[in-house]
Amino acid sequence: MQQLDLETHSLREVNAMLQAQDAQTNHTEWEILNPKGAHAIACGLDAEIDVKVKGATGYYCGGMNKHATIRVAGSVGPGVCENMMSGKVVVEGNASQYAGATGHGGLLVIKGNASSRCGISMKGINIVVHGNIGHMSAFMAQSGSLVVCGDAGDALGDSIYEAQVFVRGSVASLGADCIEKEMRPEHIAKLSELLSAAECDADPSTFRRYGSARQLYNFDIDNAGAY
Amino acid sequence: MCGIVGLFLKDKQLQPQLGILLTDMLVTMSDRGPDSAGIAVYRETASGCFKITVQSANPAVDFADLHQDLGVKIEVIDTHAILTVPSDEIAEVLAQIEVAHPGLRVMSRGKAIEIYKEVGLPQSVADRFNIPDLSGSHGIGHTRMATESAVTTLGAHPFSTGADQCLVHNGSLSNHNRLRRKLARQGTQVQTENDTEVAAAYLTHRMEQGDDLGEALEAGLSDLDGFYTFVVGTENGFGVLRDPIACKPAVLAETDQYVAFGSEYRALVNLPGIAHANVWEPEPATVYFWSH
Repeated sequence: MQQLDLETHSLREVNAMLQAQDAQTNHTEWEILNPKGAHAIACGLDAEIDVKVKGATGYYCGGMNKHATIRVAGSVGPGVCENMMSGKVVVEGNASQYAGATGHGGLLVIKGNASSRCGISMKGINIVVHGNIGHMSAFMAQSGSLVVCGDAGDALGDSIYEAQVFVRGSVASLGADCIEKEMRPEHIAKLSELLSAAECDADPSTFRRYGSARQLYNFDIDNAGAY
Repeated sequence: MCGIVGLFLKDKQLQPQLGILLTDMLVTMSDRGPDSAGIAVYRETASGCFKITVQSANPAVDFADLHQDLGVKIEVIDTHAILTVPSDEIAEVLAQIEVAHPGLRVMSRGKAIEIYKEVGLPQSVADRFNIPDLSGSHGIGHTRMATESAVTTLGAHPFSTGADQCLVHNGSLSNHNRLRRKLARQGTQVQTENDTEVAAAYLTHRMEQGDDLGEALEAGLSDLDGFYTFVVGTENGFGVLRDPIACKPAVLAETDQYVAFGSEYRALVNLPGIAHANVWEPEPATVYFWSH
């Protein structure tokens, strides 16, 4: 176990040390102490290492993550694991706005609540939120899955493309071109896998599925008069 | 950007530390806005007198004979001065300032409020006004990254447009010019070109019409167009409101000893007992208010 203390090391030193690890590294377990809400902790990692952050973080924790598993024992600020490519990020507390934005792959787990714009423009990432999510979540979401065990705020899935959204609780309102869809066996199977990977024992059959009505994909000549 | 901090003390034993706690919180937010900074502190005077905070660009001249001209007690702190005025003389003193002392700007008036603000980083502003030494029941701080008006002392936050009221803002309002004209027609004048001052004047105007602070903030949700996280102070209270889109950050923390606000969690990390505080992000379009 390697320990890095942000009281004694600068953020740049800590991130440089984590980023220097490669596939052959012997140091696969890391702990970051005294994060105290600092920004951009454990960003740009590119190795199969485990990083535990012992406290709450600020903006952009775990951004651009590849391969690494990052676990935050606290809450995270805006933009947690923005543009993640692969790997896993687990937040034990709550997440602020645009969690998992533009993520291409990997799994983001938020054990508390996420606020607005969770999964905005997601491009393949899977996000599982144990609690609730705020408004405008999955806005323009392109692919991947957003799973919400609690309730969703207003305008869920506005202008959504081919991402899938699963919600167990209530949905305050659906955004433009987002509709409820049939839960078929393949969706239950996929949801079971995601819940299991996200350390969540919710029953997949209690969720409802939402996705794109595909009415905004192409210009509709009948609307020409409106422009 | 802009950075906001606020601290509302429930535990009176913390009151001597208000200034040092607020200063530490605000300095942590320096990189959210390096242009200018300000702090409003609420502390009652022992005599029950009113206080007027005035500011001058030329304090050596403007403050020299002020206590004799106005017949009031005056405490000069750098470019600011606190005038202690019996409550029945407040209107007269304000009128005298307006007529005979054009170099003075009234920053605030009320039983408890004092406002200190200047161009510069939070640390330099706090040092100039000895903010760490101030005690009080609650306070609000702001560090500004200017968007809607020039970087001047008067463009800095907090803005106070009514007795013991103040407002700080992260964001920008898009309908402030129209609202400024509307308020002027209704008799409420705004001193600067700043959008936030219009919001402060709007809330004061609503409260003069009979709203309490909560009702005034609720009304603001439909009348104020733009992006905002507001923190508001009154003689006894402390409120928070975010616009419905809520893209300007906000974190609240509450313990048995205090309620604290920060634009970011970083601002709160040195508060006593923060590890066990209830910490959450305020909901959009929801009024939060605490009072003594």
